[in-house]
Amino acid sequence: MSLNTTTSWGRYPSATPHNVVDLAWPSDAGVTPSNSPMLVYGLGRSYGDVCLNDGGTVFRTDRCDRMIAFDRSSGLLRAESGLSIADLLGLVVPHGWFVPVTPGTKHVTLGGAVANDVHGKNHHRVGTFGCHVTAFELIRSDGTRNLCSRTENRELFSATIGGLGLTGLITWVEIQLMPISSRTIHEESIKVSSLAEVVRVTEESDKDWDYTVSWIDVLATGPRMGKGLVLRGRFQREADSTLSTHVAKPLLNVPIEAPSWLLSRPTIKVFNTLWYLKQIRRRQQRSIDLEKFFYPLDAVGRWNLLYGKRGMLQYQCVVPFNGGVEVLRDILTVMQGGGVSSFLAVVKKFGDMRSPGILSFPRPGLTLTLDMPNTGRRLFDALDVCDDLVVQAGGRVYAAKDARIKGRVFRAMYPEINGFLPYIDPSFSSSFWRRIQSDTQGLM
Amino acid sequence: MKVETKTAVIIGATSAIAQSVARLLAERGIRFFLVARNEVHMRSVSADLLSRGASGASLFVADLRMRDVHADIVARSIAELGKIDLVFIAHGTLPDQLLLDHDIDATLDCFMTNAVSVISLSHRYASVLEEQGSGSIVCLSSVAGERGRRSNYTYGASKSAITAFYSGLRSRLAPLGVNVLTVKPGPVDTPMTTNVAMPMKAAVGVVSADIVRAIDKRASVVYTPGVWRLIMAVVRAIPEGIFMKIKS
Repeated sequence: MSLNTTTSWGRYPSATPHNVVDLAWPSDAGVTPSNSPMLVYGLGRSYGDVCLNDGGTVFRTDRCDRMIAFDRSSGLLRAESGLSIADLLGLVVPHGWFVPVTPGTKHVTLGGAVANDVHGKNHHRVGTFGCHVTAFELIRSDGTRNLCSRTENRELFSATIGGLGLTGLITWVEIQLMPISSRTIHEESIKVSSLAEVVRVTEESDKDWDYTVSWIDVLATGPRMGKGLVLRGRFQREADSTLSTHVAKPLLNVPIEAPSWLLSRPTIKVFNTLWYLKQIRRRQQRSIDLEKFFYPLDAVGRWNLLYGKRGMLQYQCVVPFNGGVEVLRDILTVMQGGGVSSFLAVVKKFGDMRSPGILSFPRPGLTLTLDMPNTGRRLFDALDVCDDLVVQAGGRVYAAKDARIKGRVFRAMYPEINGFLPYIDPSFSSSFWRRIQSDTQGLM
Repeated sequence: MKVETKTAVIIGATSAIAQSVARLLAERGIRFFLVARNEVHMRSVSADLLSRGASGASLFVADLRMRDVHADIVARSIAELGKIDLVFIAHGTLPDQLLLDHDIDATLDCFMTNAVSVISLSHRYASVLEEQGSGSIVCLSSVAGERGRRSNYTYGASKSAITAFYSGLRSRLAPLGVNVLTVKPGPVDTPMTTNVAMPMKAAVGVVSADIVRAIDKRASVVYTPGVWRLIMAVVRAIPEGIFMKIKS
């Protein structure tokens, strides 16, 4: 497992750190004032350049994956920041515990989950990952080790959650887990034929279901725009013997980088159509293992190589919801006009639970996520137009998925940034952060 | 034949491979006696193992180059664990050969750590297990012990010493019900090798899974990853006159 710290999961852009520090023990982390900006690289599962540090010093924390304490009766867990959710689940699920919030891959570290304040299909119920973090330790370049929680070093706590790794090095994270009685998820899938219907079924579902998410066909146009499947799920409440069963490894691995035509507009169109057609009935129910429900893509190792050598971009935005879907329709129209093709895009409604994180991404409203092969100029132009639509609507894009947004646009989306700036560690930075600063001269 | 392991002595408990092996054993509820040089590191290893299901962990801080602590380690581990089911000797150092070429003290120091202390501890534990008439003793050798290469012949020679020692120990203890296992990893991605350019570095998790499987099977010698058995068969067959000219 020689970790490649030059790209993120999107494989665009790439960055070459000046040096890589292989941190074996959090107690030894030598963080000192430095001219070479520092950044932690966890498992590199963010998409753009928030985890990259071109020309700087990168700390690898994947060896810092030890548990520190786990109370099996209360579900309070403290572990080093390099522990992945995948490993954590292997340890806690057999004892009837699950992470309260999980992103769509389990191959993220606890530190990365805090720094990007990740969210999941249950955001409408429980908010972001940061809402469940009880404490962490942060090393700053002034040599201090800061215990941060809602009562101690509150400002650093809020700045670090969603703080994109810019406030220092997180050595350990403490989190309150969620009790489960079974690994089984009851899932319902409802076929819908328009964006308005996606939203209507989502709103209905959010009342009774802990997890909701929709997959839509980005290439559908006109009244069919947004046709897709609304998925909703909840853990089986009755206890069963599945907790002690063991977790599967990836079923297959993508061995090499694919040619770029593999995931291009025509093949994506075929895929999206087949996906929609495979469900014949309007409503389908099944009971599935949590791996299959939460991490379907983890079944294929290194699937990002399928996008070829130019890599892919992901675009995730959230816009306030006032009953209409016009903004999402406008965004999808721009994408289609720009020749953008995406595998099933994801739509979800965020709830109003507020994260403690200052720069945390989720806000109440509708969020849309697209995976796109990096087709260059035309795609970038289309995304710039989308940014403007998002800003006008009072929304924002997710930094953890971004590789191209302009600094002044980002700043307009995140007015909270002024409250964040004082807590940045002067010796920490990232390729993302320098990019954001480059066209906001004098402002930051 | 799978023999239940309930107690384990891990020497060099903070080494990456030892930690990974111990984690797999911890899930079985094993009681540990851990030995390492750095107390802070060892405490975090111990907390990790206890969180993962170990039923106990006693710690012993020691610099193993100091031979007089070896007897203490053995006595204390018996006092803590009672019967000892597994002894895993995993400590070691990989110095830069170019520095050793001009430093006899550092060369002998490498031998003290990788060979003499391993033989001393193995010798002592062999008598304990012999008396018990049960258990396994495992050392972390290396494929580097099979041929002296220009780039690491001191390291290789120290590993060669323990490989030969374990080979003889095996025939001595086998009739008494004690298993003796020599582990020969190829290059592994650990902090020890992080600044050394090597081909085919294996993930620690792959190596530790192989080791635990070999312990369970009561194997004699395990190459990990398995492909190194073949590679080393070829490397051993190369005539010395040619081998010395290969830049390795």
